[in-house]
Amino acid sequence: MIVQAIVFYVLSAVLIASGVLVISVRNPVHAVLFLILAFFNAAGLFVLNGAEFLAMVLVVVYVGAVAVLFLFVVMLLDINLLRMREGFLRYLPTGALIGLILLIELAGIYASWSFGAAEPGLLAAPAPDPGAVPNTDALGRLIYTDYIYLFQAAGLILLVAMIGAIMLTLRARSGILRQSIAHQLLRSRASSIELRKVPRGEGV
Amino acid sequence: MIGLSQYLTVAAILFTLGVFGIFLNRKNVIIILMSIELILLAVNINFVAFSHFLGDLVGQIFTMFVLTVAAAEAAIGLAIVVVTFRNRGTIEVEEINQMKG
Repeated sequence: MIVQAIVFYVLSAVLIASGVLVISVRNPVHAVLFLILAFFNAAGLFVLNGAEFLAMVLVVVYVGAVAVLFLFVVMLLDINLLRMREGFLRYLPTGALIGLILLIELAGIYASWSFGAAEPGLLAAPAPDPGAVPNTDALGRLIYTDYIYLFQAAGLILLVAMIGAIMLTLRARSGILRQSIAHQLLRSRASSIELRKVPRGEGV
Repeated sequence: MIGLSQYLTVAAILFTLGVFGIFLNRKNVIIILMSIELILLAVNINFVAFSHFLGDLVGQIFTMFVLTVAAAEAAIGLAIVVVTFRNRGTIEVEEINQMKG
């Protein structure tokens, strides 16, 4: 138990510290790297909560795909870092005020809130014993039965996002040479070769 | 002993950091997108903690859908950033006012 508490505090401290660095470092590349660190630590917190599958999804999908996408875009765009930092201090008081208000409100909610009496009948999907049914197994049984339509809808959302991203960034360039295989195959001897009689000493 | 309130505290701090980041980096759209990712991560931590301490798996399923939507949002958002940079040569939020009437 004490080991679990130590691990929790270490993961949380690193998570919050990397969150602070994500929003405050000067270089966007460093911000992305700290975001990756935050995702890793959140995955650790998920494992502490017994959600191994989500932890793995977070590492694979977020660190492996989304964060790398961020990294690509940050490196692709030639951003003027100095101009980006202008107004950093101008918005600091407003942001700090709103963040403080939000934190105080959340603290008030958490301080005044508590679990009611345990009502097993209210649980939509009671978690099985982790020793008997692994987390991934239990989630799969639930997703592919009760939540199959939502799962399909999630797939549809990803498809729409993929098509949308491709359509947004696709551009039809003019003035570049492209191979047209159909055009090449339709060429015949008559349309591409011309025989001429060349007078001697004059050229074509 | 680590209870639900510790997890909720961490998630609340992370959520506030995300909101703070949106205000702090008003110029850089990419940092704003990263702040949104932080906010969604905080929400996910809340969901998973509640799922664990209530003994209900639905929280983890909802977390998966949040992850899906967040990935889609990141892809579309970054595509819009790339198109904006290609057309305008900048990604400053204040410069993006073409749709202003």
